Amino acid sequence: MELFLQFLFSGITVGAIYALIALGFNIVYNATSILNLAQGEFLVFGGLLMWYFLEKLNLPYGFSFLLALGATGFVGLLMERFTIRPLQKTADPLLLILITIAFSILLRGILMFLFGKDPYGYRPIDEGPPLIIFGAILQRQVLWILLFVVLTLIFLYLFFNCTMIGRAMKACSVDKTSASLMGINTSQMVMLSFFLSGIFAGLAGILITPITFIEYDKGPLLTIKGFTSAILGGLGSNWGVMAGGFLLGILESLIAGYVHSGLKDALALLLMLIMLLFRPAGLFQSAEQARLRKL
Amino acid sequence: MKDTILNPNTKTYIYLLIFYIVILSAGFSIKDPYILTIFVFAGLNALSALGLSLLMGLAGQISLGHNGFYGLGAYLSAILSVYYKVPVLLSIVIAVTFTSLFAILLAIPALRLKGHYLAVATLGFGEIIYLLLNEWGPGGPSGFGDIPRLYLGAIELSSPLHFHLFVWTLFAVAFFFSLNLANSTYGKVLRALHASETALRTLGINIVSLKVKIFILSAFLTALSGAIYAHFVTFVSPATFSVFYSVLLLMMVMLGGIHSLWGAPIGALFITFLPETLRPFKEYDILIYGLILTLGLIFFRKGIIHLLEVGAKRWLPFLK
Repeated sequence: MELFLQFLFSGITVGAIYALIALGFNIVYNATSILNLAQGEFLVFGGLLMWYFLEKLNLPYGFSFLLALGATGFVGLLMERFTIRPLQKTADPLLLILITIAFSILLRGILMFLFGKDPYGYRPIDEGPPLIIFGAILQRQVLWILLFVVLTLIFLYLFFNCTMIGRAMKACSVDKTSASLMGINTSQMVMLSFFLSGIFAGLAGILITPITFIEYDKGPLLTIKGFTSAILGGLGSNWGVMAGGFLLGILESLIAGYVHSGLKDALALLLMLIMLLFRPAGLFQSAEQARLRKL
Repeated sequence: MKDTILNPNTKTYIYLLIFYIVILSAGFSIKDPYILTIFVFAGLNALSALGLSLLMGLAGQISLGHNGFYGLGAYLSAILSVYYKVPVLLSIVIAVTFTSLFAILLAIPALRLKGHYLAVATLGFGEIIYLLLNEWGPGGPSGFGDIPRLYLGAIELSSPLHFHLFVWTLFAVAFFFSLNLANSTYGKVLRALHASETALRTLGINIVSLKVKIFILSAFLTALSGAIYAHFVTFVSPATFSVFYSVLLLMMVMLGGIHSLWGAPIGALFITFLPETLRPFKEYDILIYGLILTLGLIFFRKGIIHLLEVGAKRWLPFLK
């Protein structure tokens, strides 16, 4: 029981991170039908930048947090401006996939150039002793992570339902042409979507680095995991992909605990392949729904 | 009339012959074994890139999992020859056959996917193979060595020059067949696949079977290159077969020029020799690769082959 709870806690922790990456995937996908394969690098960027502000420049925690978050969002913005925008006119899906991969490599190179190959970590938000629940250890940072996930959910709900700009984005993801006929500046929405996805991935990076440490080349695996979560939950729905993230995190942690820790990544990937091949619409929506979302 | 139809084809065959002779004579005239070794790697990469070029340039499908086929080819052949004492040539044949069969298993479901989905599915496949090699491959993450060298009949391919001749000859043969394929009806249908799947489907063409076939051919060439790699280096470790290899192949195909099969050898030579010229920046290879690939995709989409074509038209007017 203790063991199970322990696995569950660590699963929820990783799951929250996957959920945030998957959310970034989904927001960009809804706006552009592009899967941004640089998502994992955004996360690493957020974590390392936070380390730089906090440990190198000795800025206050909250200020570093906001700065790192903004910077990651800005990288997303730059990416859209300089790589996606010029290529979108060609409308060649192959090129659009390749450019996100190319940019992810570039970002990884920049990260290595700036920070080297060492792993980095810094103090968690709350430095109190870990909690013990039914014998299982729960780090305080995990509670903060969950709090931020809940805040993200509230933000998403308010943003997409109660603000004009959020509703405009939603309209764009349903039908771009009609949205632009309604006077929505679709190109700005695309930019905003990259900004948001950068912010969410950056948030994940900032939150997870105190627990796991992070180095420049963690990105690709996280990208794949985030994508797997998105596929599990079904691309298209923000709630779905986040649920997928938690599901994947818990599943992985249980596999690592009860089966074999060396196989957890391979099994997670296998799960993704199986989902992609047999149920690409995800667990929570039917193929019909997915088609309506223009999958 | 007949002459004009045959003309472009015969021309490419002549180019191939010239290319082959130039490469071979480069091999004979270069005495430095280190540079020759890089030429061998370029040849192996060219073979893999040719596979990817057939898949991407001709059929318009994407794969980020070719490191998986490369790794399977290398590991299977190495394991067979080291642990089961299978003669090298036979072990290569078995490894490549098995990998190609394995590719069918992946291709049949995967090629129903499109674009990004296919990209990530193949990426996942390549990563799985990489993780499994780490976990279950002999020697784990540090790999294993003492893999026997290749014998052709009674001749052991021991020097880089031998391998250089062998690999580039193999490449020339593969390239010859690929050119044939590209010019055949199959090739034309595949190119149409790149343009519009719906149009092909209305013509009653079985798209899935077509895609699967080209995918297998592509995997075959890459596995072959991997198997030869194992017997050339005589040591394998999983690090060689990470997703980064797929990215390198992608760069070769894109920078060489995706619209022509010639992009594969040109890109392979370029990318393989690039790290050597960038020695002082070796630490930052990822940054430089990233820059080249990103800028190349934005500003230089037609590839080196296009530059060569334009240059040839301007400076060598008799080629027209």
